[in-house]
Amino acid sequence: MNVASLIFTPKFLATIIRMTTPLIYAMLAAVIVNRAGVMNLAVESTMLTGALLGVLFSTWTKSAWLGFLLAIIGCVLLSLAIGYAAFVLKADESLNGVAFNLMMQGGTIFILYLVTGSKGMSNDLQSKVLPKWDIPIIKDIPFIGTVFSGHYLLTYIAVIMVIFVHVLIFRTKFGLRLRLVGENPQAAESVGINSQKMKMIAMCLAGGISAIGGCFMSMGYVSWFQSGMTAGRGFIGMASSTLGGNTPLGGSLASFLFGTADAIAITLSTLSIPGEFVTMIPYVVTVIGLVVSSSLSGKAGKRKGDKK
Amino acid sequence: MRISQRFTIIRTVLAIAIALAVAIGIIFLVSKSPVEAIIYFITGPVKKFSRLMNVVEMMLPLLFTGLSLSLIQRTGVFNLASEGCFFIGGAVAGLFAVKLNLPKVIDPMVCITIGGLVGMICMLIPAVCRLKFGASEVVSSLMMNYVLMYLGLIMIRVFVRNPDTGQLQSLDFQEQARLSILIPKTRVHTGLLVAAALVIIFWVYLFKSRWGYRMRMTGSNPGYSKYSGINNTKSILIGQALAGLACGIGGACEVLGLYQSFKWLALPGYGFDGVIIASLAQNNPILVPIGAFFLAYIRVGADIMTRMTDVQNEIVSIIQGVVIVLLSARAFLGNWEKREIVREATANAEGGDKT
Repeated sequence: MNVASLIFTPKFLATIIRMTTPLIYAMLAAVIVNRAGVMNLAVESTMLTGALLGVLFSTWTKSAWLGFLLAIIGCVLLSLAIGYAAFVLKADESLNGVAFNLMMQGGTIFILYLVTGSKGMSNDLQSKVLPKWDIPIIKDIPFIGTVFSGHYLLTYIAVIMVIFVHVLIFRTKFGLRLRLVGENPQAAESVGINSQKMKMIAMCLAGGISAIGGCFMSMGYVSWFQSGMTAGRGFIGMASSTLGGNTPLGGSLASFLFGTADAIAITLSTLSIPGEFVTMIPYVVTVIGLVVSSSLSGKAGKRKGDKK
Repeated sequence: MRISQRFTIIRTVLAIAIALAVAIGIIFLVSKSPVEAIIYFITGPVKKFSRLMNVVEMMLPLLFTGLSLSLIQRTGVFNLASEGCFFIGGAVAGLFAVKLNLPKVIDPMVCITIGGLVGMICMLIPAVCRLKFGASEVVSSLMMNYVLMYLGLIMIRVFVRNPDTGQLQSLDFQEQARLSILIPKTRVHTGLLVAAALVIIFWVYLFKSRWGYRMRMTGSNPGYSKYSGINNTKSILIGQALAGLACGIGGACEVLGLYQSFKWLALPGYGFDGVIIASLAQNNPILVPIGAFFLAYIRVGADIMTRMTDVQNEIVSIIQGVVIVLLSARAFLGNWEKREIVREATANAEGGDKT
């Protein structure tokens, strides 16, 4: 089969959008905490927890949306715990993230086993799936309809969230304070901003947003929870955020890049190329992209410094 | 100095105690026979000699990654590629163990050396990206872990895949490439000797050599070390290289000591475990065996508990998380320590006035 004929199809473009959606949420979560000057490795674990909670709560409440909401609340609470360890107990940022990732990696399996008696998947649960949305009018346009219409509602919400976070960070008083705390906490304190409180709020926002990404994974992308199912997407979100200069719009572009690599991986896996090679692509792209973007921004910074 | 040392011990013991208390609390919540489960968990590993040897087996890979992380955490560049370096070290050693055909003792030594060197190079990549280009080492090393895992799998698939098995695994290693068993009737292999040697080498490097001193200075106060003429970049890279070497050697020993062919399909997780062990050992190589023993002990205990009762061994991950958070938390008992220090200082000052 021809590679080109596989890639340049509306179905492939739709796959890109599907693969990008969870990355966007993880990226937004990372943007918010990075702006507050916090490095939060725990995006991975809140995402994974969100995926599990979405499945569990939607099973128990028999409603997809109620389960979705409760999952977000659960992850905000988890983020409070992470924030408490980081800001009140003053745990080392990176170690704290690693700790919570390790904890929830095992913790989600522990909870899954308690509920279902299985350590791998939640197939037995009658969990609900969030609805899809066919955009009126657009869905009838031949090529564009297949690409843009008929995705899960959360995909469209992701677009709204990108704009929302952009406005929140760059156009509101809250965003200004958040950025000030991130760039110069002492200056922020001197004008009466409680930097610890701001960081905590950023943490909770990030927890909630990454939970949406997790729910997309387990209540849309597939309809079950699988142990370790986020597979480093939280980390890729962090990378996209850095790559996009910690802006929601730039980060979206980077997420899109990774989503494309993911989609290529899925599409090419039907060919006879070793599967590992294909799945490796997004991670390699991330490392290269990270190095290129930071060396570029480093050089730009130096040039500015020279002028002075 | 004495107060901070005493508090280090108090803090470690208290962190472990709190983590165990949390775990025991959870066991009481979820189990039908909590007391029985806790007894299996705590005393299980020491009941039988074979189980105690399981602890030693479990300890082995943890020793290597614990050593590795105890250097990494001192460099100030938080490179998390230990996971991938461990994997690629094992994969490369496995590859050469199939292909090479050297005399008895030399063969595994060559395989382990190559594994270690590959681990070293891979560990240096995120570190160099950080120091040269300013790319966040945490993110790039996390990505590296996946890259290295897939690279290792590709190598095995392309060069030495066993065509008779459904799952991806390598052909059998040459008989002489495998590490011999150290303690009869167990799976404890000669990798233990390698680990012991590394413990001593790393301790000497860190506390008795000038490179180690430079690295410790760089890690704890980069500005100071730079102005006293230390090449920060170089000393960080030496530390990171040694850390990568330990991971690579660890992966190689694990593969050649425990298996007849290379069978890993996913990251084994020992790299992140290194973070816990290094934290427990206060980043001191000589204390790493104690940290590794603790983690191995609760894992084996939890496995026994899982087999005997209805509590799952993932409970260990909760203990691990709580221990890391509390150990790295500067505010945990911080006020108490400060009060003690102030009290002793004032007592000394008053004593000094009298004389």
